[in-house]
Amino acid sequence: MSILVVMEQRGGMSLETLAAGQQLAKELGTTVSGALVGSEPLSAELDKLYLIEHELLKDYTPDGYTSALRQLIAHVTPDYVLFPHTYQVRDFLPKLATALGKVAVSDVIHHRVENGDVVLVRQLFQGKVSADVRFQGGAPHFASLQAGAYRADQVVSGQPPVEKFVPTLSAAEIRTRPGERFRESARAVDLGAAELIVAVGRGIKEADNIPLVQQLADAIGAELAASRPICDAGWLPMERQVGSSGQTVGPKMYMAVGISGAIQHLVGMKGSRVVVAINKDANAPIFEIADYGIVGDLFQVVPALIEEFKRAK
Amino acid sequence: MKIVVCIKQVPARDSQLRIAGSGRWIQEDDFTYEINEPDAYALEAGLQLKEKHTGEVVVMCLGPARASQTIREALAKGADRAIHIEEEDLGGFDPLAAARLMAAALKTEAPDLVLTGLQSDDLGYGQTGPILAEILGLPHATIIMEVDKVDGGIRVKRELEDGWFQHVEMPLPALLSIQSGISKLRYATLMGIKKAKTKEVKRFTAADLGGASSPSITIDRVYLPERTKRTQLFEGNPQEAAAKLVEKLRFEARVL
Repeated sequence: MSILVVMEQRGGMSLETLAAGQQLAKELGTTVSGALVGSEPLSAELDKLYLIEHELLKDYTPDGYTSALRQLIAHVTPDYVLFPHTYQVRDFLPKLATALGKVAVSDVIHHRVENGDVVLVRQLFQGKVSADVRFQGGAPHFASLQAGAYRADQVVSGQPPVEKFVPTLSAAEIRTRPGERFRESARAVDLGAAELIVAVGRGIKEADNIPLVQQLADAIGAELAASRPICDAGWLPMERQVGSSGQTVGPKMYMAVGISGAIQHLVGMKGSRVVVAINKDANAPIFEIADYGIVGDLFQVVPALIEEFKRAK
Repeated sequence: MKIVVCIKQVPARDSQLRIAGSGRWIQEDDFTYEINEPDAYALEAGLQLKEKHTGEVVVMCLGPARASQTIREALAKGADRAIHIEEEDLGGFDPLAAARLMAAALKTEAPDLVLTGLQSDDLGYGQTGPILAEILGLPHATIIMEVDKVDGGIRVKRELEDGWFQHVEMPLPALLSIQSGISKLRYATLMGIKKAKTKEVKRFTAADLGGASSPSITIDRVYLPERTKRTQLFEGNPQEAAAKLVEKLRFEARVL
């Protein structure tokens, strides 16, 4: 039995996945190897580090990555293959698993080992319900791990033996032609630097109610932020969006008003020192990570808060 | 351009969820259901492409009889016809088994473009699009913001992490998963609602399409998330709760 962790060069999520792979290997009494496209040095205790090299993998394509990883999996024959749950992995992992007649368990937040079986925990209904998921049938088993679910600083370091892996790829099998990566416009608002943030979500109901949370933000000198649906609706500009497709923030205090706390939002703000939630639904996932909370109608609570903050000045 | 849009019916977003007695799923009684919101954006993208390039929009839905309502709404918004794979109990279908049914239903359709939403609001695997693309042998791209027709196929704008984007070109036929929020969703018009009643809905059962294949992942148990953090909740009337919260923020958390 063995585990293979397929890393992506960009960002710390790959190291988190590596930490998870090492942990799982220990629990299952097996070894873990790593793989990545390119030639980045890596200090981690691994059975082996596979560096996948091919001219046709210079730019990411789902066809190229699927073909290359399929060949690597046939070579390494791992039982479990773990990935960071990045946008890129979301793009090719379902295709790769399907090509092998399997389904990947996506967006995993925990795991445990029960009688030698791996049980994965993931969230359903936008974080309102958790589910224990098991693999059925033979290996390989695929999973992608959510950002922040494991800790990059727990990677056991070491000097892994490196093996170069050159897959057989032809230009004809790659059907999509990717262009250069680009950024739309410079961000005017740097929420990442804000000390206090008041963020608003769907609970605000309509655009006309936004000034109410703006007043709340003004009362304590906080930046106003929002969850994705608010920016999608055009009620606040995109640059004020917090979450996986927006900015990642870590203020002293993050006050979530009418935000239920879908995973995509939580990954952008769970590094906040103190989280305050105001929501009418006591079961909203935002309360899972909140230090303080008020369960109630925001249209009554927010005006009362504004008054209290002004009084406290 | 012949466009197939995959849509799913899910419990309304503000539903209060309770765990069913079996512990394997949620209690489904007295819910209101609606179109999976990300799929509504895929439908909107499909309708806009049809308006620009002419052609046909076919919505395809795998779900129980109650999903007819969601299908009617999609037809009322402007889809030309529908395919309903009617199956009351989808519990035994993992995303691959579900996608195999959809692929089988598309066998005689030969669409130029298949569109899906980004993920479902209920299971949230976010995989149906790329799985279906692999089964159908189509090139694909996910998290798509714009679609333009070019010589030899399409050019799409793909969202990457952290505010980055990329254009990708590919031949047709192809499959795209559409990013949510890229355009304003249309409402059905009165005329549209009237017309929807006479539009064709082709029905299959799962058995017609090969039935369930043995799953490679199963949900063992569902449960409300265990609280890992102790949240101090303030209740009572809004004034009192607000006063207590502000005091805690000033003197305990010391963030103000």
